[in-house]
Amino acid sequence: MELLVASAIGVMTAAGLYLVLRLRTFPVILGISLLTYAVNVFLFASGRLTTGAPPVLRDGMTVYADPLPQALVLTAIVISFGMTAVVVMIGLGAFLGSNDDHVDDQPDGEEDGAESTS
Amino acid sequence: MSLFFIVALPFFGALLPGLMNAAGRAACAGVTFTVSLAAFIGLLTNLPSVLAGEVVMARVDWIPSLGLNFTLMLDGLGFFFALLILGIGLLIIAYARHYLSRDDNMGEFFTYLLLFQGAMVGIVLSDNVLLLLIFWELTSLSSFLLIGYWKHLPEGRQGARMALAVTGMGGLAMIGGMLILGQIAGSYDLSVILKNRDLIQADPLYVPALILILLGCFTKSAQFPFHFWLPHAMAAPTPVSAYLHSATMVKAGIFLMARMWPVLSGTPEWFTVVTTAGLATMVLGAVIALFKHDLKALLAFSTVSHLGLITMLLGTGTAFGAMAAMFHILNHATFKAALFMSAGIVDHEAHTRDIRRLGGLRRLMPVTFVIATLAALSMAGIPFLNGFLSKEMMLEEATHTVLFGVPWLVPALATFGSLFSAAYCFRLIGHVYLGPVRDDYPAKPHDPGSGLWLPPAILVVPVVAIGIAPFLAEPFVKLVTASVLGGEADVPKAYFKIWHGLVPALFLSVAAVVGGLLLMAVFNPLLRLWETTPRPEAKVIFEAIVEAAAWLSGKLIASLHNGAFTRYAAIGSVAIVAAGFHAWSTGTIALPTRTPQAAGPVPIAGWLMLVAATCGLVFLHRNRLLSLILIGIVGLMVSIGFVFFSAPDLAMTQFTVEVVTIILLLLALNFLPKRTPVESTVLRRVRDVGVAVAGGLATFALAYHYLLRDAVAPPISEFHLANSYKGGGGTNVVNVILVDFRGFDTYGEIIVLGIAALLIYALTETLLSGRVRARLLNRKPDQPQAGDMHPMMMVVLTRVIMPVVLMVGFYIFLRGHNEPGGGFIAGLIVSIAVVMQYMASGFAWASARLKYPYHGVIGAGVLIAGLTGIGSWFVSKPFLTSDFTYVRIPPFQEFELATAALFDLGVFLAVVGAVMLSLESFSRLARRENMPESEHPMDIDPSRDDPPPDEAGSAREAV
Repeated sequence: MELLVASAIGVMTAAGLYLVLRLRTFPVILGISLLTYAVNVFLFASGRLTTGAPPVLRDGMTVYADPLPQALVLTAIVISFGMTAVVVMIGLGAFLGSNDDHVDDQPDGEEDGAESTS
Repeated sequence: MSLFFIVALPFFGALLPGLMNAAGRAACAGVTFTVSLAAFIGLLTNLPSVLAGEVVMARVDWIPSLGLNFTLMLDGLGFFFALLILGIGLLIIAYARHYLSRDDNMGEFFTYLLLFQGAMVGIVLSDNVLLLLIFWELTSLSSFLLIGYWKHLPEGRQGARMALAVTGMGGLAMIGGMLILGQIAGSYDLSVILKNRDLIQADPLYVPALILILLGCFTKSAQFPFHFWLPHAMAAPTPVSAYLHSATMVKAGIFLMARMWPVLSGTPEWFTVVTTAGLATMVLGAVIALFKHDLKALLAFSTVSHLGLITMLLGTGTAFGAMAAMFHILNHATFKAALFMSAGIVDHEAHTRDIRRLGGLRRLMPVTFVIATLAALSMAGIPFLNGFLSKEMMLEEATHTVLFGVPWLVPALATFGSLFSAAYCFRLIGHVYLGPVRDDYPAKPHDPGSGLWLPPAILVVPVVAIGIAPFLAEPFVKLVTASVLGGEADVPKAYFKIWHGLVPALFLSVAAVVGGLLLMAVFNPLLRLWETTPRPEAKVIFEAIVEAAAWLSGKLIASLHNGAFTRYAAIGSVAIVAAGFHAWSTGTIALPTRTPQAAGPVPIAGWLMLVAATCGLVFLHRNRLLSLILIGIVGLMVSIGFVFFSAPDLAMTQFTVEVVTIILLLLALNFLPKRTPVESTVLRRVRDVGVAVAGGLATFALAYHYLLRDAVAPPISEFHLANSYKGGGGTNVVNVILVDFRGFDTYGEIIVLGIAALLIYALTETLLSGRVRARLLNRKPDQPQAGDMHPMMMVVLTRVIMPVVLMVGFYIFLRGHNEPGGGFIAGLIVSIAVVMQYMASGFAWASARLKYPYHGVIGAGVLIAGLTGIGSWFVSKPFLTSDFTYVRIPPFQEFELATAALFDLGVFLAVVGAVMLSLESFSRLARRENMPESEHPMDIDPSRDDPPPDEAGSAREAV
């Protein structure tokens, strides 16, 4: 099972990196989302894998999953929504302003691109 | 009055002038005067204790862990400076009331002035060096504001920038010096530092500390080679020049040298550096001053020169030198402030400060003439005026000072400086006031109203009084000297007298005055010589340095911070890889300690779906809508994975966040191209695949490695499990961690979330108010629109389901402390319920039913969470300490009430507000001005090409 989780993290990271390298806003946002999943699962897995023992106290139970990474990842998920929303907004604003969804200014339009952003 | 009030009064009073601005100029100046007067009287109430030789203290611990305490101390030295600051401040306020014209914003001026006054009083009363540094920087900042007060004048802006750059840099250096000093002494309290002379002077870091502190003092007090900013600061209104740049702020550096005198002085390093700088400043300032034609520039350089004189006296390191320095500070403050104010009067009345265009004002402005002449003669060192006394003490001290092993060097240079000093004083009197009356003044000069001449006249009273009866000032100056010496040396016995007999100082004094008169006789040839001699222009050098520094940092920033996403990503990646490589090359790999768990068919199926969706996403990413669906599957599988691995809270959060994220991306996709074109070459894609696979393999290896090994040190999770119920009163440990153990983190978290939402809102506003707006309005949808904007089935369903969803959200919220759930998840669920209404019934319909703006909801959430945390202060517990109890209200069962639930309510509100504000902002982009504001839940888009026949009828039926 460890192999499954670790490989899932690896696959999501690789896909996320590839999409980020497309250098257009929408794939970059999707890529960052994939990387977010990967990082969250990675952090979550730092509590090691436990099945059938959620950290909700019950009489008679002695083994629980590690609650700390869960709490940290929970806030990370919510924050990553906020971050995604801001990035999407910036990407959208850039596209609406220049009709171009590359994340970098294109070489031919570099001059006026630099002027309009400054 | 408590010292705290004396320092705090000007700061709080600074709020008043702005408020009183509308009430008129007299009210505005009046309230400022009253505030200063209150602080002045408060200071005087401490006079008896100071005269008795006591040190008045006031102390509040601020950040004890840093050694930063709000400790104030009032001794003779502090009292002397505070008296100058507040006393001259009162006169300046009265003067400024009449000096500022109707076009000047008086409230702004007096606000800055009071801020400066408070900061300055803070410096002289601080007993903690860190506190002193804070006030020190505040004086630099308020001085910047005051110099640049006339924002329309380029000289004002340049002068303000230069002053801030120079004094600010000095302040930075001084921070370093003070920190070293505090480290050596083991305390940042001045009263402790001052007692550790031997310890500090024996320390190897004494010299660096001394140089850093002196840098701060020299920049502030305009000592050579940092003297150049002061003349440029004269672009400020004259009251500011008189107050900051002659009487008070520029003396802050001197104050600090005097304050630190007991621990820093007496060493060869101190003597050489301070005396040389002082002497050079004194001579240079005096020579330049003589040839300045601008009245204020002349006074500015003369101030530089006199500051050098005082610095030199402190540098000698003898008790007599310190006493002479203190006496001269008092005398200089009186005659120089009076001179500045009289220069302001001349400027105000004759509309010029150019000495070449003035002359003969004696007959036109007799009152100003008397004031200015008395003050200038005092500065020249004429007997029966106070300047004579301290100047003679200076010359006396100079005759005993041997610099660089040359006994005649100091007396000769001191006399040379005094000679030029006398000369420019005579020039000031002779060329401005004496001589024939001219008929080409820019304006007809005459004496101003008493509001303008009374303040300098009051200052001239002590000039004459001390000059005739030196014994009046003697006890006070000796008291101040005693606190400067701080027990390291005895106060000199010497009496203040006009006639000491035929001592060398008298001959030097006479030589200076006679020489000054002779210089005036040959002034015109001298001036021609001066103007033909090439001299380095400090301003040009300064600007070249600034330009070079700006060019260098521009180069540096442009290469690191060029605005391109790829550059940042590259820098970040390289840093991560480097850190990873470091860990790899220095760490060790232990054998696995955990046995791998067997995977059943269900996990394998889940894994297959996740991997398939991820790979599909990569291959199909050009179709953007499809890739959204695929990423939804990935998110779903991740949340199912959380359920499987015992993390129900995470699963619920991931699931609900997934929903709002997809809605958000859909809203954005509405505007973006629906396909990503193929543009990268095959080679480039192969390279990208290579990078991606390498990154994927690395994370895989890292994750797999630690999943099979136990933690190196025992994690703190056991503590949370053990104390969750006992201390936090909840059985859901994850939620207790969020709202209780790590509540402060969560508090920061919701604030960040709120800021992100507000940022999105602000960006939307910017887009909608800029040129993008026109593009949005004229935008043609790039694919066919749905015919019915609000399908009936969806409208009915969402409305029916709304109360149910809200109830679920409420339930999830309430049970959160003991079962999976809580504020974050409930907030997301409720947001989804509201978003559904927007989607089904339309933006206008939903907005019209909205009672509370989302900004307010975010704010309420953060406030509730914060106030809950503050609540624990009232029972003397640290911020965010939680408490809980069990109550029973018949006929219900016993239930728990916890303050953590209130905190969770704040989290809930902040999440709802942030999510909704973000989504609403995106939707607003899609709205067009001409869009019909339909009140009906279901309507047909009229802009569609083929409108269905009976649109109004069908809409009416649906209501």
